[in-house]
Amino acid sequence: MRFGVVQFPGSCDERDALAACETVDGAEAVILWHRDADLKDVDAIVVPGGFSFGDYLRVGAIAQFSPVMAAVIAFANNGGPVVGICNGFQVLCETGLLPGALLPNERRRFICRQVDVEVCSTETPFTRACTAGDVLSIPSKHQTGRYYAPEALLEQMEADGQVVFRYANDSNPNGSLNDIAGVCNTARNVVGLMPHPEHAVDARTGSDDALALFASLAQGLTHV
Amino acid sequence: MSEITLPGVEDAIALGLTADEYALVSDKLGRAPNQVELAMFSLMWSEHCAYKHSKKILRTLPTEGAAVVMGPGENAGAVSVDPDGDSDLICVFKVESHNHPSAVEPFQGAATGVGGILRDIFALGARPIAILDSLRFGEPTSERSRYLLDRAVAGIGHYGNSMGVPTIGGEVYFEGPYETNCLVNAMAMGLVTQETMIKSAAVGVGNPIILFGASTGRDGIGGASVLASAELGDDDADKRPTVQVGDPFEEAKLVECCLELLAEGLLVSLQDLGAAGLTSSASEMASKGEVGIDIDVAKVPLREGDMEPFEIMVSESQERMLCVCTPENVDAVVAITDKWEVHGTVIGTVTDTRAMRIFRGNDLVGEMPVEALVDDCPLYDLQPEKPSAPLYAAPEATLDGGASATDTLLALLASPNIASRLPLFEQYDCIVQSRTMRRPGECDAAVLALPDGSGLAASIDCNGRRVAADPYTGAIEAALECAANLACAGAKPLGTTNNLNFGNPEKPEIAWQLTEAVRGLGDACRALEAPIVGGNVSLYNQGADGPIYPTPVVGMVGALPDVDAAGVLGFGEEGDQVALVGWEAAPPLAASELAKLRGEALPDGLPEVDLDAVIAVQAAVREGVRDGSLASAHDIAEGGFAVAVAEACLAGDIGVTLKLDAPDDAFAALFGEGPGGFVVSGDAEAIEALAAKGVPVRILGEVGGDVLTIAAGDELVTVPLEQLAAGHAALAKLFP
Repeated sequence: MRFGVVQFPGSCDERDALAACETVDGAEAVILWHRDADLKDVDAIVVPGGFSFGDYLRVGAIAQFSPVMAAVIAFANNGGPVVGICNGFQVLCETGLLPGALLPNERRRFICRQVDVEVCSTETPFTRACTAGDVLSIPSKHQTGRYYAPEALLEQMEADGQVVFRYANDSNPNGSLNDIAGVCNTARNVVGLMPHPEHAVDARTGSDDALALFASLAQGLTHV
Repeated sequence: MSEITLPGVEDAIALGLTADEYALVSDKLGRAPNQVELAMFSLMWSEHCAYKHSKKILRTLPTEGAAVVMGPGENAGAVSVDPDGDSDLICVFKVESHNHPSAVEPFQGAATGVGGILRDIFALGARPIAILDSLRFGEPTSERSRYLLDRAVAGIGHYGNSMGVPTIGGEVYFEGPYETNCLVNAMAMGLVTQETMIKSAAVGVGNPIILFGASTGRDGIGGASVLASAELGDDDADKRPTVQVGDPFEEAKLVECCLELLAEGLLVSLQDLGAAGLTSSASEMASKGEVGIDIDVAKVPLREGDMEPFEIMVSESQERMLCVCTPENVDAVVAITDKWEVHGTVIGTVTDTRAMRIFRGNDLVGEMPVEALVDDCPLYDLQPEKPSAPLYAAPEATLDGGASATDTLLALLASPNIASRLPLFEQYDCIVQSRTMRRPGECDAAVLALPDGSGLAASIDCNGRRVAADPYTGAIEAALECAANLACAGAKPLGTTNNLNFGNPEKPEIAWQLTEAVRGLGDACRALEAPIVGGNVSLYNQGADGPIYPTPVVGMVGALPDVDAAGVLGFGEEGDQVALVGWEAAPPLAASELAKLRGEALPDGLPEVDLDAVIAVQAAVREGVRDGSLASAHDIAEGGFAVAVAEACLAGDIGVTLKLDAPDDAFAALFGEGPGGFVVSGDAEAIEALAAKGVPVRILGEVGGDVLTIAAGDELVTVPLEQLAAGHAALAKLFP
């Protein structure tokens, strides 16, 4: 199992994401440099958190044009599993791989806190080792994470089960519509979420509830 | 030398030099300085760069010890994380102030304060791993203070969060004397190994000097002299152009670039550009390497093409670094700077002239001996004199002296200096890099895990009100407070950094505060075996309404052998015993938070501290945490015993029932403040083991229920947790 973790200038959580991927038995994880369209034969891709290109223009707006993203889009369109975390989620929305958009938090402040995240769908490569209804304790930290989609799209997504994660127990930190914390595309191989599962893989630093998410990616691979 | 009209003594004075200093500059040069030279001297001889009023007393501070790898003088101090073992990991750390810029423009002032201290860390080749900050504002009843607080917190978060460096701790106080002149001090920590640590000394005559990072603009010109080395006044809005503008994205690239350059072994030396820009960074590199440096300002990438040579030399544009490499490595260095889009440019050469020579193309536009610039600034003796009358007015009373003990506790918990800091800390990323074992509010000190299973703990502290009451003892208390916080985490101090924030040192009463505080800090750090490995001095912190409280901010880093044993402050198990450790008798209410709420003036002096006794108590608590016997440990600070108990209840989400035996003065027993006291909990065996260490231990009751109850003589404090929590959340309304 080989994970690729994309690195843009301004990425912050890429080393944490590498370490989280390597919690999976026998897995290795490599950096995919933004200027390099070579995906190094990886089996799954994580677009990590941070402030790619300084969040200039609009969050994720510049990163989508990186050479590596052209390759990631092709990989996703070919059915490859792609997970975007926080800024990575924003980038994937900008590319159109995921529906909707992330807007500035309701309070317009950066908020860092542990949130409860309910797994709403196990039919994605990132959640297949979970049980629907599992509530995971995962930290969330961002200033632009309020999930938004036009009403018709939102209804369609809800009907199709594209809401993969929802803030639970009143822990929605940003005013996201329908408490949405993460979504997938219609083909279900691309997932994005605002909370940081790569920071929930060690109970000593807060929680290891997200180990199952990374394990899911490996489990999925046995079916390939 | 090109023909330009020579500036005169009045120009020198406008730049912050005295007439005598101007004469001395002319004497050192053998002629009057030209515009470039005068600009450079005015900065290098400013208080900010030359420490001319503080250097003599700073020399009295302890700087050596078992863990010290590098003391003051470099960009930051460095300690071994495991002085007795064989780990080659080094922690570098330092605190710096950005007070006046933050008072003028709080968002950028605070942001670039963080940016500056982070550059000091990676200039040594270390990856920055943590930020702590120390903030002081006027009372939040003032609109200006609320504005400064809101924007400074946003600025710190903006820079630290964007850099991917966690902000793991800090402190904030609100006091009237900071109304005009707020304080924004930022401390950063980094990790490096002995092999990759690099210094700033320029060596190797003929080696090229490469500037990389942001281009150079007109921002921050004169920041060190005009802004940092003078009192604040009415025209401060006009000084906004002297505040730098930060770009954390540029710096995020710079960190990775520097670390890659060092990993590839391409650099001879590395230096960041901070106050006084190219002038100070290049001349300090030359001074440390005992060489000369030639710089061609025509090669410096500019934001504005028409900048004068003196502007280029003194610009404080942020996010720039200088490095020296050997000629054959220039292409490789430039290639890596290009990879990170922080394009390097050769702008100069190391020479054997021992002079700083500034060229514009082929024209020599300035030439100064390095020694004159860096070492020859006159140092001034302070003229300390204890003030004969109180310097600070009594605060306005906000609590009736006849309030019950329960109401008093609730008022204290809701007071801005004690209320939960969560509304601030939530605006900072405290978890990035995956080392944070104790987040803000979980333990008295922040705790980070190291790869070998050991840990680092860090704390920053200073209660300025107590230093104002007694600069010597107050400074001792600040150092002891940091060490107490480390003890609660299970950590022993490795080293200390400090930021001396004071008023105008040319005034005898401020000189006295400074002298006494430095004496106290020295005595405390010697006793704690926590040498001072770096720091900063910020003087002239006063405005029309007088000086700030003397605020020698102390930052301390400590080590714990097993990070999994790191302590927590919150009570844990129902039935655990609760003990007061360290105090035979309650400390007085004078200079306490309660005295402030009651509107009492500061006392003249604090009770003498028995350093050895306090340090023995800290050692006992530290051992109890390390061996896992104590379930919780919390240092008693602002608000005294009862507030410490309330904080431990709130952190553990569980109540207590305690009884203080018939104290002479119940309010002093509940709310008196002084060093050396702890509230701990654990099973009976753990508390017994603590008492067996020969330190004062009084068992007062046990953990359980959802109400805090303390009986103290005739006074009974009893509050449901829910009510405690509501009061403690008072700061939330400042951040809508």
